[in-house]
This record gives sequence, structure tokens and C-alpha cells, in this order.
Amino acid sequence: MTESVEYQLAPEVLSLSNRRSYIELNARARATQLLDPGTFHELLDPFDRVESPWLPLQGIVPQSDDGCVVAKGRIDGKPAVVIAMEGKFQGGSIGEVCGMKMAMAFALARQDNEKGIPTRAVLSLESGGVRLQEANIGELVIAEIYAELVALRRHIPVIVVIAGSTGCFGGMSLAAGLASYVVMTRQARLSMNGPEVIELEAGVEELDASNKPFIWGYCGGAQRFAAGAADVLVEDDAEEITNAVKALFRQGQPAQLRSDKYDQYIAFLSALDTSRQWTAEEICKAWKEGAK
Amino acid sequence: MENLSFEYSASGKKPKRFHVGVVGSGDLEILLEPSKDSMAHVTIQTSVGGFEGTWKAVLDRFFERYEEAANIEIHDSGATPGTVALRLQQAVEGSRA
Amino acid sequence: MSAIVTSRGRKWFEALSGSDGKHAPGPGSLLIADGVLGKEKVAYIALAPDPLSRFPRARAAEVGVEEGWYGTKALHQVIEADRNGVKRPIITVVDSKNQAYGRREEMVGIHLAGAAIIAAYAEARMAGHPVIALIVGRAVSGSFLALCGQANEMIAFDDPEVLIHAMYKDAAARITRRTVEELDKLSEKIVPMAYDIKSFNKLGGLFRLVDVAAPDAPSEATAAQVKAVLERIPNVKARLAGAAGVGEGSRSYVGQ
Repeated sequence: MTESVEYQLAPEVLSLSNRRSYIELNARARATQLLDPGTFHELLDPFDRVESPWLPLQGIVPQSDDGCVVAKGRIDGKPAVVIAMEGKFQGGSIGEVCGMKMAMAFALARQDNEKGIPTRAVLSLESGGVRLQEANIGELVIAEIYAELVALRRHIPVIVVIAGSTGCFGGMSLAAGLASYVVMTRQARLSMNGPEVIELEAGVEELDASNKPFIWGYCGGAQRFAAGAADVLVEDDAEEITNAVKALFRQGQPAQLRSDKYDQYIAFLSALDTSRQWTAEEICKAWKEGAK
Repeated sequence: MENLSFEYSASGKKPKRFHVGVVGSGDLEILLEPSKDSMAHVTIQTSVGGFEGTWKAVLDRFFERYEEAANIEIHDSGATPGTVALRLQQAVEGSRA
Repeated sequence: MSAIVTSRGRKWFEALSGSDGKHAPGPGSLLIADGVLGKEKVAYIALAPDPLSRFPRARAAEVGVEEGWYGTKALHQVIEADRNGVKRPIITVVDSKNQAYGRREEMVGIHLAGAAIIAAYAEARMAGHPVIALIVGRAVSGSFLALCGQANEMIAFDDPEVLIHAMYKDAAARITRRTVEELDKLSEKIVPMAYDIKSFNKLGGLFRLVDVAAPDAPSEATAAQVKAVLERIPNVKARLAGAAGVGEGSRSYVGQ
């Protein structure tokens, strides 16, 4: 007779198998995930068919929600609005309709706060920036997004989550720069100009867009967190990300918004030797030195 | 971009509305709603033209089993017939949940 | 031997403000000066080429990291100075290539420098300063968003050299995998994609399109003409008439 042996998985292995990927969730599923269970209520859902009027004119198939999901609900029991970009539709680029949905979502939260209702806003960003197929109308609506974000964040923190795999670039990187808090995974990237565009404009000696480890090295979540451009670094875990967002709201307004840290950034830049390129480690070190 | 449409007879039962999918490379989104008459209507906007025959084959097969009077609107970005069939199945399951 | 590289933006900044805008500490590209409209103080801001910039990829009038952060500080100083008084109009003379494209810039977070100056313009506007963007040349991509996007009013010269756009044509063509000819063809039926200023005006974002003779060479007459246009902007006019502007920082917010 053999004895039965009970195998016990180590806790870290167990937690890995229980982990649900946030990156694999589409925009609608992410918005649902970020809101308290059962509270998700979408505004301008697919069946409202508010689509891009510009894409079909140039033979591009539109998406029924234009790649942006806006939903009201609750976070931690408090009223909330969540905006989630669908990175897989046109690279999460901002066109007239999805941009207006985003701006209006922030405006709704702002108007609530002005009436004393503490509606919080979370933006799950996957975006390559402005949709070039809609160009100037995209730029105009992005300016509206910024205006509303800056007006809202005075009342209540605005949280941006960047998880990947599209990342956050172009005009939307500026939106992340305006946020009260930024949450990033290691897989995520946050950068104003994409590596291909920098290589195009400045040459491969300036930046080799095919060097993936190098790219994540300067704009991936771990680096941005270490160099002070992101507030929380999370694993690709839906629960962990949801809890990180809740914890930030419980924390309240940041001591100082990044966009108010001009003296700190001026000092940081002044201390750098711009006659040569830097490594990611040097930048982290310089940032931490300056933060003392 | 090509626009296609197909019609099938239906048993008259109206489905609940359901949405599935993303208009990403190699994927599609489906909006399924009750139709206004007793037929099933399929409209397709696809980024890849010239495959009307393939679409018809996939839909013919789908409607062998599916009898509800539905409007099915598809936005397609180059999905394979297998992916189309899968998404249709997901739409039906979601509509019946 | 001068390091001053001329540009349309610099010329108009000097013609309107009467100053060369030298503003130390800060990059040579950032021009800031007080000026006068009517009898009231206004602030002028502009970017101009600076071949001596510490950042090699920010020498042609781009919005780089120094321009962003020092510009932010300057705007906050104006807001603070006018906290208990008349909110002076802030007029940005725009002729800026785009944002700076460089490895150094991304390493130190140019997205934060851009966000900071955008927030500063927005906060100045919300505090009651009339924020005006006067586009005399280029306002493309990041330079549009940073220098124009938060303005109460955008005014542009009606001139083929004036360009407001999301991205330069050759780069846009490459990224969207089209030829320049195909882009031109699309722009004929898709107004938001077009490159000429009259098409941009059709989108409704411009307060006024101004026809100025010889826009590349401001004269006393054309400077006076432009000043007259600025003075007639309703919120600017109100400031010049003495309305302090406290609590008046509204604009066409979505849903307001």
C-alpha cells in the first residue's frame, strides 16, 4: 500500500495561476473590471452606432464605439466614470468621435463635482496618439480633452492606467502627463514620440526602433516608475490594477501634480550633461539625486 | 472597403441584442439585434473585398442551425472564415445567456 | 557672428512686443516679454530657432523639454503676479516646427514638459487671463497642442506659409502607408486632413483668419493692423477696459 502524498503548491505559484491578465481584456472588459461589480453602465454603446464619419470615406471599416468605451458606475462605492481605449482598433488613435466621448466623460465628471457629487474618473489608455486619418479634427478634440482633464483634476484625482500592449504615445502621452496619478505595467510604454518616428526623423544612430529591450529600457513601465514619471508599477493582473486604482483614490490628491514640478524638472535638466546620450540607469540616478 | 448584404428566412423568434468583438487586424465585431420583420438580415462592411462567395459559404452554414429573426451587422478587418464562425457563435451564445 | 536665427515667429514677436524677448535663465528659443495693447500690459510669448540649444534635437524652434518647463514657469509667474489684479492677456506668437524628436527628450520625459505647459496655459485661462494664440507660421502636432490648444481664441494669418496640422505631410504619408499624392487626393474630400489654412478654418476652431500684407516682413502698418485685431477680441477688449477678469475663465468647454 502506498501512502498518498499531498502536494502543496507554493503560494507564489498558486497566485500566478489565479492571476487574470488585464492586458488581454478588451476595452469594454477593462472598463467593467475597473468598476465595482454590477455597476457598469455604458454611455453611447455599440448599438448607438456613433461611429467615425471620416473613416468610411477613405475605405476604412469603422467600429461601432469608435474604439472608446465610456461607462458610468462606482469605484469603491463612489460614483465614477471610466474611459477605456481599444488599442486594437486603429492603434487606439484619437478621432473626432472617440475624442469627444473622452472629453465629454471628463466634462460629466467635472459638472458632477461642481454640483458637489464626487465623481471620479479613470482613463485606461492604449493609444498611438491622434488618428492621422482625421488629423486636425483629432487635434482639436485632443485639446478639449486636455482642457477638461485640467479642470476636473482640481476637484478630484484623475487616474491614468497604461497596461499595454499598444502603450501610450503622441497626444495621449500628454494626457498621461496631465493626470494626477499614472499606473503602469512593465509591459506598457509611455513616450511622446514613438521609436519609429524618432528613427524616421533623426536617424537610426539617434534611436534604433528595432531594438526592443532598449525601447522598454527608456519608456517601459519599470523605467518610468523608477524615474518618477509613473506612480505605481503593477503586474499584469486585473485585480491588482483595480486595487491600485482604488488605493490611489483613497490616498486623495497628490502632494504636488507633476505638471507643477517645474522647478524640480528645471534643476534635473540643468544637472545633465547634454553633450552625450545617457543610459536609462543614469537618468534614474539623476532623478533620484534631484529628488533628495 | 466592401459592403455586402445577405438575407435568410427565419423562424420568427426574436433574439436579445448582443455585441461581440473588435475591429482589429484579423478580427471583426458583430452587432446582433432583433430584426423588424420575420427574416434574418446580415450586413457586412469588410476591409478585404472580393470574398463574397466565402462570406456566403460561412453564413449559409451558420444559418443552417440558427433560425432567429436577427439583424446581424458585421464590421470586419480581414478575419479568417474560422474567426468569423467563432464570433458568430459567441454572438449567439451571448444573446441567449 | 550672431547666433540669432531669424524666423517669422521671431520677427512678429519683436514687431508686436518691441522686445527681443531674451529671458534668462532658460533656453534661447523661448522669447518672453511684456508688451502693451491699448494702454494695458499684455504678455507675449514665442519660440524661435536656437542653434546653441543644449539639446541638439531642439534647435529649430521646436517645443523641447527646456521650452516646456521654462515656459511653464514663466506662465505660472504671470498667473501669480496678477493673482489680485487685472489678468493680463497672454499672447503666444506661434511659429514652431513641432515637438522635439530625440532620444534625450524621451529619456527625460518630454511628455511631461509638454503636459506642464499645456496645464499652465489652461490654468491661466481658468484664472481669467485671455489666452490668445496668434499663428503666423507653423503650429504642427506637439507645437499646436502645447502653444495653441488651450487658447480662448486662435487667430491665424491667411497665408500659404501658415500650417496648422497633426503631422507634416511626408511623415504622415509614411506612417499611414500612402503616397503624398494619395494624401492630397483624400484631403480634397476629407477636410480635417487638408493642409491649407482655409480648410483648417472650416473646422471652426479659428476665431479669425487675418489677411496681412507681406506676412514674412512685419512693418509698422501691419503690426498696428494685427494689434488692432488683438484689441478687438472681446475678452481682451474687456481687460483693456479694466475688467479684472476674476472668475471669468470660461471657454467653449464640452457640455457647458
